[in-house]
Amino acid sequence: MPIFSYLALPIDGAREMLCTDLAKLPHCEIIPSDNREVVVLVTDTPDDDTENKLQKSLNNLQSLQSLSLTFGYDDKEK
Amino acid sequence: MTKKLNRRRFLKYAAAGSAVATAGALFPGISFGDWQNLSNNSGLISWQKAPCRFCGTGCGVLVGVSDGRAVAVKGDPNCSVNKGLCCMKGYHSVQMLYGKDRITTAQVRKNGKMVEVPIQEALDLVAEKLQETKEKHGKDSVAIYGSGQWTIPDGYVASKLFKGCLGTNNVEANARLCMASAVTGFMTSFGIDEPMGCYEDMDHANVFITWGNNMAEMHPVLFSRILANRKRRTNVTVIDFATRSTRTSQAADKSIIFNPQSDLAVANAICYEIIKHNWVDWNFVNEHVSFYKGKTNIGYGTEDHFAFKDKAEPIGFEEYKLFLEDYTPEKVEKISGVPAKDIKYMAALYGDPDLKVTSFWCMGMNQHTRGTWINNLVYNIHLLVGKISTPGNSPFSLTGQPSACGTVREVGTLTHKLPHGVVMNEHHRKMAAEIWDVPVKNIDPKPTYHTVEMFRALDRGDIKFIWIQVTNPMVTMPNLRRYRDGALKDDRFVVVSDVYPTPTTDVADVILPSALWVEQEGMFGNSERRTQHFAQIVDPPGEAMSDTWQIIEVAKRLGFEKQFPWTEDNYIGKIWEEYRKFHAGPKHEMASYEVLKKRSGVQWPFVNGKETRWRFNPKYDPACSNGKDFDFYGKKDHRAWIWARPYEPAAESPDNEYNFWLNTGRVIEHWHTGSLTRRIPVLHNAVPASYVEINPEDATELGVVNGEMVKIISRRGEVTMPAQIRGRGVPPRGMVFVPFFDESYLINEVTLDAFCPISKQPDYKKCAVRLEKA
Repeated sequence: MPIFSYLALPIDGAREMLCTDLAKLPHCEIIPSDNREVVVLVTDTPDDDTENKLQKSLNNLQSLQSLSLTFGYDDKEK
Repeated sequence: MTKKLNRRRFLKYAAAGSAVATAGALFPGISFGDWQNLSNNSGLISWQKAPCRFCGTGCGVLVGVSDGRAVAVKGDPNCSVNKGLCCMKGYHSVQMLYGKDRITTAQVRKNGKMVEVPIQEALDLVAEKLQETKEKHGKDSVAIYGSGQWTIPDGYVASKLFKGCLGTNNVEANARLCMASAVTGFMTSFGIDEPMGCYEDMDHANVFITWGNNMAEMHPVLFSRILANRKRRTNVTVIDFATRSTRTSQAADKSIIFNPQSDLAVANAICYEIIKHNWVDWNFVNEHVSFYKGKTNIGYGTEDHFAFKDKAEPIGFEEYKLFLEDYTPEKVEKISGVPAKDIKYMAALYGDPDLKVTSFWCMGMNQHTRGTWINNLVYNIHLLVGKISTPGNSPFSLTGQPSACGTVREVGTLTHKLPHGVVMNEHHRKMAAEIWDVPVKNIDPKPTYHTVEMFRALDRGDIKFIWIQVTNPMVTMPNLRRYRDGALKDDRFVVVSDVYPTPTTDVADVILPSALWVEQEGMFGNSERRTQHFAQIVDPPGEAMSDTWQIIEVAKRLGFEKQFPWTEDNYIGKIWEEYRKFHAGPKHEMASYEVLKKRSGVQWPFVNGKETRWRFNPKYDPACSNGKDFDFYGKKDHRAWIWARPYEPAAESPDNEYNFWLNTGRVIEHWHTGSLTRRIPVLHNAVPASYVEINPEDATELGVVNGEMVKIISRRGEVTMPAQIRGRGVPPRGMVFVPFFDESYLINEVTLDAFCPISKQPDYKKCAVRLEKA
């Protein structure tokens, strides 16, 4: 049951599109910055399969330039 | 099930908090307003205001609570200090409440071992030992040592009990180690303590000069505000004037490195240039400034019972000008290593009538064996050019702790101080006795021990009982080994109130579990004269109790019920209203308890419902009364004083045997001795251990690579720790730098307990060491 948070950076000028794309994905919550081209993404998936599927969906987003991991937690590691 | 769900919710907020904090570090000024909306709309979390628990900036935060547990922090958009921003320590601060080894019960040493006991039993023992020691060895054999992290009520009741009721001036606080020189600087130059300006100066100044002050790491939110101003306005320049290259240097427009201690000479050289080029604001100087000189060759305080009293002698401008002849930029270049052209450049910035200049400093100028002098000298610069007490023109002393100003400077928890004035002044003693309802003869007119001398007295046996609250002197005292050995002597009784085990609880005979931050109600006072109230937001764990209430419990046991009549449900408000009487009047009027509860901080003087942004300027300050455009009313002549203070060398400088300077300090991730931040996983993992920064060329000569162990040896002790080369900070050749947050590497066993003879503040920035590859 992993929880991760990331800083998501959009490709040039695609902040709104990135927010829309991320908001559509299941298990994702976003907090866009008011004044910078940065979006906080928090993911909370129930199992590894779902997590892997989500990762693939994220990798396929055209509006996403990069994801930087800032926090990670997994019950399995406890 | 419920518990699991709550834990998960907590983790998600922690995850979001980490991301927001990281973004804050990477993108200064970034804002996430929707986080507040998201959280509020979730209905899962409630938010209450508080000042941040860490540095003296005084950021307003909102603490998020879910199911009785503090789960998140965000910046308070209503607080003018930070306007919704936090640094990485602030964002993660609630996690400090929940470390696994939190002290939740009292402990008493029995047959050499610490044994858990009910807190009431421990408090009985504290009162009994305090009374017994006082009766057997006299009133000055007992002492209390507190902190700039004490809340205002903590410090107030400590002073009232020890000075007013027990009759000893053995009251000190660790702020002696961090800002005493700022106080004596203000007192000698202006006759009244605390900055004349405010953080709003940052929105007006064109030039920022940081004097030995790594603001990017030590006051990151304020530094972000400077950088945001530089980005928004085209005419902003940042100069970093320091002894080593830091993140502040990297962000500055110009970095100027000077030899340790030579800031004294450079400041005088700037004044020399200002006079030489006739950049003096003569209208200001003639109307508002007097010139003085004091004693010279004043010593370093390394011997027990060291005593010094300065003597001010008036001088004329011509004598002052003659004094500065020794400080031409060319002469000072030889002392300081600063190119004469750079000194002239800084002087030209201060001297340009079209530029507004703000100077910032903190430990670099205060932890200095001539700390009072260097504070005077920077004021001299601002006074000569009349750049003071107006928006953007501000000599600004920053503080390191959340209530060094509020609790230590304003309440007066230093040996010579009272909440209003000093113990030496009969009028001030009478005022205290009346408000405290004690006989005036109880208050001793003679100060006893400043902090270094207090721990020397403990070592000698002149003090036999000491109660330490909210601080960790067994990590922070310079020349530490002597003071730890002293505390461990057989007939000493040491009480420690704290929240986690530390090297100081290791020497305790009684450990009292304390409430931390928002587990209690209280007030802090920040660097810009802002008093900030916080409510109790969550319950303290186990039997943990506020430090204020611990002192009240002991006071009641000692028979002082009349002076401490309050009950647990109302004591903070009652204490505040009693304390506020000391500051009645336009120079220091404080806001009422009811006003403080409503607002995210209130600046004093708070007169007729209005805060005072700039003191000594009648446009803003209701205390001005001389009818002129400025009134420096702290001095009897209503003038600010320019002091002729010479350059004198450090107490100990590198020589053939000990050939490096040792400089100590902090890193952004950790708060002081790390007892809180090392329990916050994100911060601890970011910098898990201390290190010694070495200049790359020195490292090559030593044959040391990054991470290799290096032995640092001084005349007092040695410590072996990993080298950091080309890290976040780079010292010049011949200097090493060590952060002091890590109790595994007690760098203060190496440092020297020399201090400024006027402020009695030790110099943690300069002593001589040699290095060996371990």
